[in-house]
Amino acid sequence: MSLSTDAGLSAPTLNEAIEFIWTEADLLDAKDYREWLTLWRQDGIYVVPIDPATEDFEAQLNYAYDDAEMRLARVNRLMGGSSMSAVAAPRTVRTVSRFRRLGGEGARLQVRCAQLLVEHKRDVERCYAADVTYDLVREEQGLKLARKVVRLVNAAEALAGIAYLL
Amino acid sequence: MTTAQANGPKPYSELVKPDRVHTALYKDEAIFRDEMEKIFQKTWVWVAHESEIPQPGAFKTSYVGLQPVIVVRTREGEIRVLLNRCRHRGATVCENRTGKTSNFVCPYHGWTYGLDGALRGVPYPEGYNDFDKSNYGLVSLRVESYAGLVFATSKDDIESLSDFLGPAKTWIDLFMKQGAGFGVKTAGEHKFRFPGNWKIQLENTTDAYHFPLVHRSFLNSVDDETGQTFDLMNQGGFVQDLGNGHSVMVMIPHLVDLEEGLDAPIPERFAALADELRRSHPEDVVRRVVRAVGGTGFNLNLFPNLACSMAFFRVLRPVSVSETEISHIAIGMDGGPEAANRARLRIHEHFQGPMGFGSPDDAEAWTRVQRGAEAGPDLWIMLNRSLGVDGVDNQGPGLGDVSAETGMRAAYQMWKRMMCA
Repeated sequence: MSLSTDAGLSAPTLNEAIEFIWTEADLLDAKDYREWLTLWRQDGIYVVPIDPATEDFEAQLNYAYDDAEMRLARVNRLMGGSSMSAVAAPRTVRTVSRFRRLGGEGARLQVRCAQLLVEHKRDVERCYAADVTYDLVREEQGLKLARKVVRLVNAAEALAGIAYLL
Repeated sequence: MTTAQANGPKPYSELVKPDRVHTALYKDEAIFRDEMEKIFQKTWVWVAHESEIPQPGAFKTSYVGLQPVIVVRTREGEIRVLLNRCRHRGATVCENRTGKTSNFVCPYHGWTYGLDGALRGVPYPEGYNDFDKSNYGLVSLRVESYAGLVFATSKDDIESLSDFLGPAKTWIDLFMKQGAGFGVKTAGEHKFRFPGNWKIQLENTTDAYHFPLVHRSFLNSVDDETGQTFDLMNQGGFVQDLGNGHSVMVMIPHLVDLEEGLDAPIPERFAALADELRRSHPEDVVRRVVRAVGGTGFNLNLFPNLACSMAFFRVLRPVSVSETEISHIAIGMDGGPEAANRARLRIHEHFQGPMGFGSPDDAEAWTRVQRGAEAGPDLWIMLNRSLGVDGVDNQGPGLGDVSAETGMRAAYQMWKRMMCA
């Protein structure tokens, strides 16, 4: 991915990244998906892989592999009122912690963290734990998401319908 | 709860009528246990596609009904289906989903089995008297394949797989044309569970009636041309009973035979793919691949646990009377263009799986069926749509109606036949 437009900008600090990620988590639990879309770079990729080891997401089957067009379509689906699972979507509460800087150069920072999410729907509470890796890039107007990879600990198992964003 | 023993007040023969089935079929645990015995242990159950175990030693673990099995290719290249249970004290001998091995070793006491299931050795054999290892191999089921689809059964005295599939074989042959001359290969799977009976899912595979409503959010997410392709209710589709509980729903008639219509205009959504393919492939290959990339325009329901649908296999696994696991296995072109196989993956992700634009809505509907079926224990599930319409259920002239509940009626008649046997 070209970083030429970011020339001269410094990498986000870990604290800036944490603030960004917590804000994102709050937006997602509030289902403020339109605002969530604005966090992304146009060329950003949102991935929920199945294979716990893969890095070649494009060549493999994932739960979600969203470019900007698919992210918008997904948000339209979740908010449009014509999906019966999305209309009855669970409430979610997630905590994100165990932040670790993995690397970065130029205006980019890669951070891995742990996410624990509890959903509640009708009589059932369900927990999804995941390692989440964020690629954040500083742009003129602030930090943007270049990539988010959500590796569920039970990704290889049978899940239930997930009518919200991880 | 309604008792449904064969000699009880409501025998199975009275729970299935030509136009309806009794709600007890979704809820009664005694019926579920009987189904596992009288259906899943007594007919051909799909366990694998051959591409999942391509070379000697390759295996996958699967289920026949509630029984865990290993599907493995032997050194000689034969496919075996072995009960995943050590003959000593019963532990599973393999817990990996897929892999490659030279033997199966029970982790409890170290009994070691070959790829063909034969017991090769036990630690400290001197502790056994008159021990004949040939009596203690992993139990091997009868296995037969058709067009790469591998089925197993516990029964040695039932008909051949070929006879069991009957007219469905013609549709399997059509389905496999999506290999576009390269062959068919599995390409990963989405798995999810829903809290409902397995037959709710079985019914859905030939249910065009739900599509425009349940999948409206999917239809809203595609371009107009693709939306017209998926306007299933208005394309002259139909459903056919293929015997033995099998059925086919033709949803998109112009996509039945993927080797025809190669000169038709390339749909807008595949135009970029066609351009990419043209850089490395001649026009006839481009046409064949693009024609096949979305899969076939029909759903073939094979009783009791497999469907061949568009460009994926749907496998259902009963877990309990009120829980079912679904696998949607993506299909690629074996050795075909990478761009086409990537397109297949993206198409699969778009609709299928726990985060797809289709499956979660299906799962929500099925969950609601199981919850609602708690009400009115003596009410019935109605399967009478399009009964009496010309062509429906192979009666009268014409092809009938795409939203006829023919496939469900066919499956339940097979259910009744097997449960009353």
